[in-house]
Amino acid sequence: MAVWHREFIVYTRERERAISSVVTPLIWLFAFGAGLGASITLAGESYQSFIFPGILAMNVLFTSMFYGMYVVWDKKLDVLKEILIAPQPRWVAFSGKCLGGLTICAFQAAILLVIGGLFMGIPLSPASVLFTLFGALLFGLGTASLGLTIGAKLSSPDSFSLVMSFVMWPLFLTSGALYPISHLPDYLQVLVRINPMAYGVDLMRGALLNTWTLGWGIDVAVLLLFAGVFFFLGSRAFDQMSLG
Amino acid sequence: MPAIHIANLTKKFGKLAAVDNLSLDINKGEIFGLLGPNGAGKTTLLSMLAVLMEPTSGEATVAGHDIRRHPIDVRKSIGMVFQTGSLDSLLTARENLELHARLFGVPKEMRQTRIQEALELVELTDRADERAGNFSGGMKRRLEIARALLHHPQVLFLDEPTVGLDPQTREHIWKYIKALSRQEQMTIILTTHYMEEADVLADRIALIDHGKIVQLDTPEGLKRQMGGDRVKLVCAKACSAHMLAALKKMPFVKSIVQGDGHLELVVQNAPKHLQTILHAVGEVEEVHVLPASLNDVFLQYTGHEIRNESAEDDAQAQWAAHR
Repeated sequence: MAVWHREFIVYTRERERAISSVVTPLIWLFAFGAGLGASITLAGESYQSFIFPGILAMNVLFTSMFYGMYVVWDKKLDVLKEILIAPQPRWVAFSGKCLGGLTICAFQAAILLVIGGLFMGIPLSPASVLFTLFGALLFGLGTASLGLTIGAKLSSPDSFSLVMSFVMWPLFLTSGALYPISHLPDYLQVLVRINPMAYGVDLMRGALLNTWTLGWGIDVAVLLLFAGVFFFLGSRAFDQMSLG
Repeated sequence: MPAIHIANLTKKFGKLAAVDNLSLDINKGEIFGLLGPNGAGKTTLLSMLAVLMEPTSGEATVAGHDIRRHPIDVRKSIGMVFQTGSLDSLLTARENLELHARLFGVPKEMRQTRIQEALELVELTDRADERAGNFSGGMKRRLEIARALLHHPQVLFLDEPTVGLDPQTREHIWKYIKALSRQEQMTIILTTHYMEEADVLADRIALIDHGKIVQLDTPEGLKRQMGGDRVKLVCAKACSAHMLAALKKMPFVKSIVQGDGHLELVVQNAPKHLQTILHAVGEVEEVHVLPASLNDVFLQYTGHEIRNESAEDDAQAQWAAHR
């Protein structure tokens, strides 16, 4: 809990990070969504509404992954030593970090939901908002753990762009965040099915717009598995982290 | 039971042994200095004792706890001040201390008192709510010392506690360290490559070079082993054989090293015998007398002065690159 508290304070004091992480999805929604949406509608929804849950998921992905990989900076700036030397099992520190990431994700998702409801005509009900946030957090637990695992293994921030190219963009672009996944060519269909983010997007889109493609049962199951695997791997990576 | 017991401890980075089969006992309540150049293996040794790094082989106990079998107990009994600062610059001094108190399980009802005490000890009470990032180097170091004390550790590790600080701040920090040792009976292990620091603070000093202890004694003992003060004679032209012969006959001249146009002597009680020496050798251009220092001791035992290149860091960097 101490670690979680620390993460929260740091987040509130690093305004640049907070602001940019909300602005980026807004650009997607208002420039990309509205631009492409001017000429297409999908699944009975305006394109902007259709991609809104996808952009929420994207925001969770990018925020939590970068948050996790930020551990590399913690290592470089030596603030991690204090946590590594503390007399508690490392998985406790890992959980604290995860919780910190989830808090940030939830916070940003809430802001985006408010903006979506007010300016984009996304129909919101207390139930759909809670369900969506639940989806965002469940997906975020997996991606934050994944980010932390990668961060704990990396030795310098130089590899961030590699992770972007080989992990984050593929996850995002094959998740169905920007297009429906029902009429895809076979190879893409396969990629979607093995992409945990596709289940996150499906869950959040279903929660918000009540249109499911994969079904919420399988969504929740896959996301739980995804989070569980990387929570385990991440805790182990933290365990093995040492100085030098 | 010693506060720290080390037996045949070794840490290798690739082929290079940063700590090489090292054995050592450190008593309760003493200030123990690990003195050696950068790269001698001091930080690696400390990292292993603080369970931040696994030894390649050998064993050690800290406050009676085995570093391999009971790492959590070891961590509970130690405080550590790192060589490179490890404060959270975005947090205030107080928040840094609170984080530490929580991480180290200081009970809630005692936290504020402990934090207050620690801040008072290092005289930072009135700056407590400023961000640590805005502190000067000396203040940061003081805050780190305060932080390391919050959970009342039995053993305190200070890794180069005054590196990069100005002389005034350095003496300030020395004062705190001495006070801690006196008042709290805390065992303090400090690494340093400053001779003066080890001399002023430590009850015993281990000279470390290439991962091994080359000599272990009190500062006075080490200097005594030197056999005397250093005298350097710069000859007017070349130093003559006649001079050498005269010096060799004197019982209080312990050693003579012939340099280019000068002689370096080790002389017992130089201030007393200087006149005799000068009388015997005749005219010289310059005379320098240097009281025995740990630097000389180090030189004598290792054949080189405390250098500043960082072999340890290099080895670690190379090792990291290989993985």
